[in-house]
Amino acid sequence: MAYPTDRKYTKEHEWITADGTVGITNHAQDSLGDIVFVELPKVGTEITGGRPFGTVESVKAVSDLNAPVSGTVTSVNEALATAPEQVNKDAHGAWMLKIKIKDPADMNGLLSAADYEKFVSEEGGH
Amino acid sequence: MSAVDTSPVVRKTALNAVHRQMGAKMVEFNGWDMPVEYPASIGGGIVAEHMAVRTAVGIFDVSHMGDIRLAGPGALAAVQHISMNDASKLAIGQAQYSALLYPQGTFVDDVIVHRLGEDEYLLVINAGTREKDFNWVRDNTTQFDCNVEHLSDDFTQIAIQGPKAVDVLQKLTDADLSAVKFYWVTRGKFCGLDNILMGRTGYTAEDGFEIYIPSHEATSAHVWYSILDAGKEFGILPCGLGARNTLRLEGKLPLYGHEISDTINVWEAGLDRFCKMDKPEFIGRAALEKAKAEGVKKTLVGLEMVDRGIARDGYKVLDEAGREIGYVTSGSPAPFLKKNIALAYIPPEHSAVGSSVKVEIRGQGVGARVVPTPFYRRPKKA
Repeated sequence: MAYPTDRKYTKEHEWITADGTVGITNHAQDSLGDIVFVELPKVGTEITGGRPFGTVESVKAVSDLNAPVSGTVTSVNEALATAPEQVNKDAHGAWMLKIKIKDPADMNGLLSAADYEKFVSEEGGH
Repeated sequence: MSAVDTSPVVRKTALNAVHRQMGAKMVEFNGWDMPVEYPASIGGGIVAEHMAVRTAVGIFDVSHMGDIRLAGPGALAAVQHISMNDASKLAIGQAQYSALLYPQGTFVDDVIVHRLGEDEYLLVINAGTREKDFNWVRDNTTQFDCNVEHLSDDFTQIAIQGPKAVDVLQKLTDADLSAVKFYWVTRGKFCGLDNILMGRTGYTAEDGFEIYIPSHEATSAHVWYSILDAGKEFGILPCGLGARNTLRLEGKLPLYGHEISDTINVWEAGLDRFCKMDKPEFIGRAALEKAKAEGVKKTLVGLEMVDRGIARDGYKVLDEAGREIGYVTSGSPAPFLKKNIALAYIPPEHSAVGSSVKVEIRGQGVGARVVPTPFYRRPKKA
C-alpha cells in the first residue's frame, strides 16, 4: 500500500493534511475490520494533539480517534454517521474532520508517508 | 514481529499454517493462535463471513475445542453424575447440550454430550477450559467403572455451518447426511478417510455439521481445502472467531466466561430446559434446588439498542433513572439482523420484554430495551 505523500501520519494511525483534514489510515481500517460506527465531535470543539477526539468501532472492537495536532473543528463528515463503511472502502478519501490547526509547527512532529510505512511494517502489521 | 507468534504458551491447531497462508488476521484466544477473520481479498471480513453462514455456508477451524471420552460399563452413570442434562435419554448416535456444574450449581463449562456407543460418550468442551474440565471429569468419576481419556489433541475439528452445509458435505462422504437429524451424529468415509465422525451440531444457530478428523497437518489441510473446493458453487467462505461470536450471539448461545461462569448458576443463565431436576442426583443439584426456592437476583436478557451506540462486553446497564442495575456479558453489532444487540444480566424486575433500560457507553446512558430471545431463529425448512 502506497501512502499518499500530501499528508502527515501519526503512530496511532491517523492522517492529517496541511489544511487540517483528518482521517485514519488504510492500515488502521484494515486492522479494525468492518467499521460500523464513527463518533465525531461537534463543529467548534477544541481538540488537543495526542488526545482522543472521537471513537471508531468495528464489529469486534472499539478504538479511540486521536488528534494528530491541536486545533478547532470547522467541519465534520456527517456522511460517516450513516455510511461508516466508507472508511473501509477508501480510508485516505473518507475524511472525518477538518480542523483549524492551532500551530502549524506541530505538523513537523508527525511522520512522513515513508516513515509511517516503515513504522507500520516494523510494528508487524496484521 | 509480534512476540505471541513464537511464544511456546500459545498453541496452534493443525490448520494454523493454512490460516496464515490464506491471509487470516490471527489473534490469541484462550491461549490459542486463531483466525479472527479472513481478508477482504478472498471475500472475507466478519460481516461477509457471518452473512455466508446465514445465507449459504461457512467453514470454521474449531480444533481448539476439547474432547473427553468416557467409556466402560459405568460410563452412563459417570456422565449422569457430572452433567445436568439427562444422558439416559440419549440413543446411540444422539447428542445433547449440557453442562458440568460445581456443587454450588455454577458452571465448570457447558458441553455437548454425544453417545457414540452402548457405553461410550464423547464430551466436547471449550478451548479455554480444557485442562480444568478434564481434571474435573477425571477427579469426579473415580467411583465409576469407566475410562476417562483426554482426546483433545487427537482431532482437528471443523465446523461447516449454514443452509448449504449439508449439500457441500454430501459431495465428500458416502454417509447419507440428509438422514442425520439435528443433534445426531453419523460415521462414514469423508474425503477418502475412513470412519469419520460427523455431528449435526454447531454454534451458529444455523443448520450445519461438525466433523472430527485426525489432527495430522497434511490431512487436516487436505480436508479443509477439499471442503472449500466442494463449497465453491454454494459461495462458501472460511470464517474466523469474529463471525463465530456474532453468529452465536444472534442465536443467544452462551459463551463461557461471559453468559456462564463459576459465579453464575443455571437458573440465572436461563438454561433450565437443559437441567433435568428429575434426575435423582448430579453435582450441583442440591444447590440448584435451594437456589430455585430462593429465586434469582439477576437474569440473562436480550437487549436491543434503541439509541445510537453499541453495547460491549462489560458495559454497565442502568435503569431509566441512571442507577446501575447490571452488566453486559456480550454485545456487538448483529450483522444479519442489522441491529446493535447485547446479552446482559439484570434484576428480574427489569427483565420483562419491552422494558426500557440504558447501557453506559463512554460515560453516557444510551437507550436500550429488553427484547425476546434468541434474537435470531433460523427459518423452518419449507
